[in-house]
Amino acid sequence: MIRLEQRANPSKEMVMWTPVIAVIATMIVGGLLFVALGKNPFEAIRMIFWDPLMGANASYYRGQILVKAAPLIMIALGLSFGFRAGIWNIGAEGQFIMGAVVGGATGLALYPMDSFIVFPLMIVMGALGGFLWAMIPAVLKIKFNANEILVSLMLVYVAINFLSGMVTGVLRNPDGFNFPESRSFQEFPAANNAELWAGTGVHWGVLVTLGLVVAAYVILTRHIFGFNIRLAGQAPRAAKFAGVSPNKMIAICLGLSGALAGMAGLFEVTGPAGKLSTTFPVGYGFTAIIVAFLGRLHPIGILLAGLLLAVTYVGGDIIQSKLSLPKASIQVFQGMLLFFLLAVDVLVNFRIRLTNQGAV
Amino acid sequence: MSLIALNGLTKAYPGVVANDDVSFDIDRGEVHALLGENGAGKSTLVKMIYGLVKPDSGTMVFDGEDFAPAEPRAARIAGVAMVFQHFSLFEALNVAENIALGMENPPKPRVLSEQIREVSSKYGLTLDPDRLVGDLSVGERQRVEIIRCLLQDPKLLIMDEPTSVLTPQEVEVLFETLRRLRDEGTSILYISHKLEEIKALCERATILRHGKVVGTCIPKNETAKSMAEMMVGAKLKTPKKSKTTFGKTLLAAKDLSLKSVDPFGTSLKNINFKLRAGEVMGIAGVAGNGQDELMLALSGEALTDAEGIQMDSVWVGADGPTERRLRGLLTAPEERLGHAAAPDMSLTENTLLSGFYRQKLGRRGFVNFEGATAFAQKVVEEFDVRTPSVRNAAKSLSGGNLQKFVVGREVLQEPTVFVVNQPTWGVDAAAAAAIRQSLLELASGGAGVIVISQDLDELMEISDTFAVLSEGEMSEPRPAKGVSVEEIGLMMGGTKV
Repeated sequence: MIRLEQRANPSKEMVMWTPVIAVIATMIVGGLLFVALGKNPFEAIRMIFWDPLMGANASYYRGQILVKAAPLIMIALGLSFGFRAGIWNIGAEGQFIMGAVVGGATGLALYPMDSFIVFPLMIVMGALGGFLWAMIPAVLKIKFNANEILVSLMLVYVAINFLSGMVTGVLRNPDGFNFPESRSFQEFPAANNAELWAGTGVHWGVLVTLGLVVAAYVILTRHIFGFNIRLAGQAPRAAKFAGVSPNKMIAICLGLSGALAGMAGLFEVTGPAGKLSTTFPVGYGFTAIIVAFLGRLHPIGILLAGLLLAVTYVGGDIIQSKLSLPKASIQVFQGMLLFFLLAVDVLVNFRIRLTNQGAV
Repeated sequence: MSLIALNGLTKAYPGVVANDDVSFDIDRGEVHALLGENGAGKSTLVKMIYGLVKPDSGTMVFDGEDFAPAEPRAARIAGVAMVFQHFSLFEALNVAENIALGMENPPKPRVLSEQIREVSSKYGLTLDPDRLVGDLSVGERQRVEIIRCLLQDPKLLIMDEPTSVLTPQEVEVLFETLRRLRDEGTSILYISHKLEEIKALCERATILRHGKVVGTCIPKNETAKSMAEMMVGAKLKTPKKSKTTFGKTLLAAKDLSLKSVDPFGTSLKNINFKLRAGEVMGIAGVAGNGQDELMLALSGEALTDAEGIQMDSVWVGADGPTERRLRGLLTAPEERLGHAAAPDMSLTENTLLSGFYRQKLGRRGFVNFEGATAFAQKVVEEFDVRTPSVRNAAKSLSGGNLQKFVVGREVLQEPTVFVVNQPTWGVDAAAAAAIRQSLLELASGGAGVIVISQDLDELMEISDTFAVLSEGEMSEPRPAKGVSVEEIGLMMGGTKV
């Protein structure tokens, strides 16, 4: 029978290399998947990883990478704090949507006001929307010890339905021929999160994300709050001894990740997406979980992982259009990445022992 | 003629030689003590005798035949039985069922119950085979384990720290049983670091240090101190306190009650005491009588009514650990790894647990790592913590060294009141003496110290006043001088004296 045996001293080097090994393993198995779909695997892998960065239309794609990476990184940064402390917010997608709806609705309510205050107010309201949505699992966990994984995940579907209720109801564009979508923020200058420099893809959200990476790094390594987060994750009883209240930790971690997801949603809806619609949720909130773990829950790692995942998103679009592969194939590809990451992690921390006797 | 002879047993683990060429023998009908500090190799040695560990080299002769048990079953068949320090009993099953589970071929339940009654009355170990183990006291649970062994009719009985969980009265009963067994010709290998007990019970003692036999002695002819010095390999200083006058009341508990969150925990009921400046109060009790809960209530990890605890005439029962630390109430919990210290964090980082606010190891929440490193360095130097550097993880330290670090971290923060649970549990004799000395110095300097411990000898050595915790209730503290061990035993058993 096969047993997993904990390694006494997991290699520090291997822990660093885990993400790289996972990416390579994903390329190999993903390649086999493309072979099974009747495509040239080398061409497909090249299109996913190489063309977005250095291929023919790379200058356009590079902007797209930043556009897609920014929300992933912003959400993943928020999630990483909770994940370190053992608080599992799986519903960032819902908080992302609620941030977009609440922040977007604030802007729409002020339409067509032309004031510099509109956009900052929307950002604050977006963060607040995500924060409040995340406080639901937090309060239920604190008061009733309800599992935050289930509650936050379920609330994603509530948020999706809330969004479609809004865009077919009160937030529907009055001049929009009854389409289930809101007014376009691109036609509302005071609320538009446009590209700051044409062709670069850089919008306000990208800049804020970079600032957050630095802030998260400083908090995690230099601030007592980051220390307490690590402490709560590694040794919960020692954290209580140090005076860290577990309930406060739950509220802060869920609230923070909700606020960042909500803010990411607001930047997305006012910028790249352009309007609230039923097709607005594309799964950034879920992919951010992969980004957080691929980045080892470390801000710099998350920055790199977010860029990598964004490359596969853009590359996924390329293989869809050029090789006419189904959209699901790139989702499988991203799922594999998390799978291999976790698998390699297990092998770094445990060794497999074959024993011919049963359990003692 | 000897029953068992060990010849040159050696066992090495990666990085450490647990047993190095260990040889001694045990006579028939002899109670033989195995002495040594934690990590001296006692456990490895008995595991080899019991077939749990295979020696790298060396041989054993048992009852005139070569003896190399491949597994515990083989050792049991040969006539070796062992009572472990930690029991392996199912609380939801009754005594007879638990005993049957440990037997190769258990007889019919009725026959077995009869055998249990017979053995228990023969050796004075009162035990009803039909009672649920969950309802038994710790002492009674140990009897279940002992009877399980006796039913095998062993030639050699190994007992690993059997008295650490017993009240003095229970210890006396156990010793009666062991003497009766010895008189019938059973040999007993008795592992303990309670030297007074060994003097009272054992004919010979073998002393281990760093895996080697460093001496043998006849305990009756030795003093506890001389045996301790053989264990440590150095002269020991007896901790001394410079003054015994008390100042004003620093900490008071007033009808302090706390409902335990753990379903198997013990709730605290109306605890009252006053701790004065310069006083060391010892709180004794058998484990599980509310020590953990009292510790949590005093540290602020569990909150009570604000008026349950008073410090410097301020009610602090509803304040968390940080507020209490700022007022000067510092604590050191029993469990070193995972509670008093985070195992994977460095010593520097571990100073932040209790020192961040009180030692001002940061500004506006930003950690001053130079300051924390300096403080960790100070703890390491002044408390003689053996570690390559303060960057090493807490879990890489030995138990005694980590305990010195944990106690030192609090003592150097100059507490007004210091509460410590099991300060020397699992700590070697030299380190234990150093820790006790530091507690006494703290009290001499005008602080109040509460020591919660199961080690009566320790409490008698350092306490000014003495109280007992039993089923969540605390006896009224009384001067420690003149309290007899018998009285303490009765108090521990819940009798009001």
